[in-house]
Amino acid sequence: MYASESPKTFATEWTRPDVKTAMAIALFAIIVATCLLNAAGAQGPQPLHAGEEVLVTGGEPGRFGGKLVASLRSEPKTLNPVTATDLPSQQVIGLMAADLIHINRYTQRTEPALAKSWKVSRDGKTYTLQLRRGLRFSDGSPFNADDVLFSFQVFLDPKVHSAQLDLLTVGGKPITVHKIDDYQVQVDLAEADAAAERLFDSVAILPRHLLEESYKNGKIAGTWGLTTSPQQIAGLGPFRIQEYVPGQRITLERNPYYWKADRENRRLPYLDGITFLFVPSEDAEVIRFQSGEVDVISRLSAENFSALHNDQQARGYKLFDLGPGLQYEFLFFNLNDLPSRQPDEMTRKQDWFRQVNFRQAISAAIDREGIVRLVYQGRAAPLWDQVTPGNKLWFNSAVPQPPRSLEKARELLRGAGFSWKSDGALIDSRGQTVEFTIAAGAGNAQRAKIATIIQDDLSRLGMRVQIVPLEFGALMNRVFETYDYEACVLGLVGSDADPNPERNVWLLDGGMHIWKLHRTSPPAPWEAEIDRLMRQQLTTLKYQDRKRLYDRVQQLVAENLPLICLVSPHVLVGAKTSLGNFQPANLNDYTLWNAEELFFRQGESGKTR
Amino acid sequence: MIRDRKLWLILAVLVSAHLIVLWAPFFAPYDFASQERAMPFAPPTRFHFVDSQGHLHLRPFVYRWEPRPETFGAYVEDQSQAFPLRFFVRGTRYKIARIFDSSWRLFGVEEPARIYLAGSDDFGRDQFSRLLYGGQISLFSGLMAAAVSLALGLALGALAGFYGGLVDDVVMRSAELFLALPWLYLLFAVRAFLPLHIRPTQAFLMLVLVIGMVGWARPARLIRGVVLSARERNYVLAARGFGASDFYLLRRHVLPEAYGLLLTQAALLAPQYILAEVTLSFLGLGVGEPVPSWGNMLASLQKYYVLTSYGWMFVPGLALVAVFLLYYQLCKILQEQVKIVRF
Repeated sequence: MYASESPKTFATEWTRPDVKTAMAIALFAIIVATCLLNAAGAQGPQPLHAGEEVLVTGGEPGRFGGKLVASLRSEPKTLNPVTATDLPSQQVIGLMAADLIHINRYTQRTEPALAKSWKVSRDGKTYTLQLRRGLRFSDGSPFNADDVLFSFQVFLDPKVHSAQLDLLTVGGKPITVHKIDDYQVQVDLAEADAAAERLFDSVAILPRHLLEESYKNGKIAGTWGLTTSPQQIAGLGPFRIQEYVPGQRITLERNPYYWKADRENRRLPYLDGITFLFVPSEDAEVIRFQSGEVDVISRLSAENFSALHNDQQARGYKLFDLGPGLQYEFLFFNLNDLPSRQPDEMTRKQDWFRQVNFRQAISAAIDREGIVRLVYQGRAAPLWDQVTPGNKLWFNSAVPQPPRSLEKARELLRGAGFSWKSDGALIDSRGQTVEFTIAAGAGNAQRAKIATIIQDDLSRLGMRVQIVPLEFGALMNRVFETYDYEACVLGLVGSDADPNPERNVWLLDGGMHIWKLHRTSPPAPWEAEIDRLMRQQLTTLKYQDRKRLYDRVQQLVAENLPLICLVSPHVLVGAKTSLGNFQPANLNDYTLWNAEELFFRQGESGKTR
Repeated sequence: MIRDRKLWLILAVLVSAHLIVLWAPFFAPYDFASQERAMPFAPPTRFHFVDSQGHLHLRPFVYRWEPRPETFGAYVEDQSQAFPLRFFVRGTRYKIARIFDSSWRLFGVEEPARIYLAGSDDFGRDQFSRLLYGGQISLFSGLMAAAVSLALGLALGALAGFYGGLVDDVVMRSAELFLALPWLYLLFAVRAFLPLHIRPTQAFLMLVLVIGMVGWARPARLIRGVVLSARERNYVLAARGFGASDFYLLRRHVLPEAYGLLLTQAALLAPQYILAEVTLSFLGLGVGEPVPSWGNMLASLQKYYVLTSYGWMFVPGLALVAVFLLYYQLCKILQEQVKIVRF
């Protein structure tokens, strides 16, 4: 048959009445079958039972139904809460699991979750938690203290290598958990811990009946991969896994036994399910959000935010600038005590980097406002220490915020014995030209731009700076393993507003003490003081006292500049206007932290997905 | 020799393009690294002859771009003050080839206005100035890499064709190896092995060497073919009979046969290598910031919002198209002419 003939043949067949009827019947059959399948697949919420201690939420009562579509930049690696360390995995697991005490991402304060209440002993070392009664996992099996005990046993087992083990270690010892009765557990800490309540956040309670066997066989780390059958996975979160299609999407469906209800005593969540599409780049994400294929978007760059901003009305979405989050971008120098086999050039350069005056001069010369404007289009806050203005409880407004001043920078350099050659190049007291490289992750356009601005700023001081774009893995290897770099632009994002998770950055032996991971010389007085203050605030119980201690830490950081903090980007997110109860927070996960309360308003959902 | 007006015209345009980029500091109103942080993504400056009062000026003038408040990358003309376009103005000092020290620039406007013939980039740097400076890297790396590759190709091809036997086998088999390798990935691999902290001049030379050395195989094969047939010609055999040395034979009788081929190959390879440099720089493997090349200037188009909002960022791409068309025409004419002259 010739290609030119085929459409004709097709058209004549199409109009034949018997075919038409057959098609209609087939179509009807398909529709019925889909409805039946859907009914079987997406289970409606179970009615509330007597004696079930549900948590009643305060949000606007919504409408049931509809599926939300979100996107992930990379595929989750696992669905196992014990071993998940990457952001996409944590985000998906966060919707499938629940913890005892939860940090409200919006208020940044703790609130009851699976534990309906708790008591603290007078010395602050013993917590007694009352668990909710009558709760069920997403596979319908009941929840009680044995599951809590089992979960902590797994997380605290050093052989399992859970990411949470560090956090659950207080005063050098792991916490211990005892069962008092079926709905009461007691948690003992070796030392009083100011932020002990916050420890329980993100420690997912695991179903003992599903995981005990693999734990006993020592195989818990390998369970609950992406290809595990959905029947084998259960949690206490608002959703449960429905389907995973490699390279395309992961779909969650409603947990019909979820333990939260709305003001009208209807069991949450409202949504039938959530689909995460795997979209490799931010630009691709933006295009899909713009076309309406994706309902929410988070971690937008400022450029894309303004690109989307113009047609929000017409396309039915709304963008939110939540102000600075907890992320801080900074420049730091390699201050590691290097083994002698390193080339002399590096030790010579470190002589500059070690001088406080040198670092202060660089900080004074950097145009933070310029970075905010050029890199973030004004959607960032300039920073002078590690706590961002987005951290409402811990921000120290007393830390001086000197404007950019090249004169002051030159004065500081002169004070440290530097001088200038006739062609304007900066030389140190031995006559060596000041010249160094700044490494930046090649994949991060914003950091590369920051580095370019710093390069230009420092060239005004006569410093010759080269930018070295490095693939992120290679950069991390240089910073954490080989210490083979001179300066680097990097960003850190706090998981919680509290200073406690930050302690691995600031303690002398912390794993993220990035500017000086290898130390043979005794710490400088200010370094020792930061270490002491961080340890002291850990065991101080009153917020005001802790705040005073952490304020001093911020002051020391701003003065001595182990990290030269630059900016904190705003958290920029967007969602369809039809999405009810959407309340983005500037803590991770920015948009879906209250997924159980999200719903599609009348008439605007009814999607054909 | 070759009497074709079109050829000379094309050559003249190409040569003047190279001369202009060589003298970029004179033709460009600003330095390539000079940032104007209040003016990211400013559109090309408009020239006016009639001012806001309706008066006609013979000398064109410009208005200053004023950022629209509360926006980014949106500007309005501040019509309160006109800045006439001036020729032969004093700008920042520069040196060309370390010898020629001057501060004269071809044109400019008075501060605080800035003249952006081709708009500004994300740091408020003048795209036109960067285009000229970037041409130094892009155009000359292509030309020099072509020279390197032709020199290598000539030497190895002549050796292989003239001596034959084992030499021929070794050279030609390795040439085939080079031809079989996808050159872009080979360039990536070579670039990845080289140190990262290098100065722009070193980076430039390295690019030239890497690109030139990777591309020797094709010219070498062609030259070998020509040499192979030339060495059997009667006058060559006669010269050999009179006791001429190998080197003399090659220089006097054999290689002149290949000149036409060399010329065409040069015209063919240069744009190809310009594209190679642009590709490498586009992917961040060429010269680093703040030094421009047409490739790293185009790199900002990888971002969706730049691609869709700021049309003037395509200017290096347009320049590339023009250069390629010129080279293509040159190549075409050379091929025809060489045939006529030779055969």
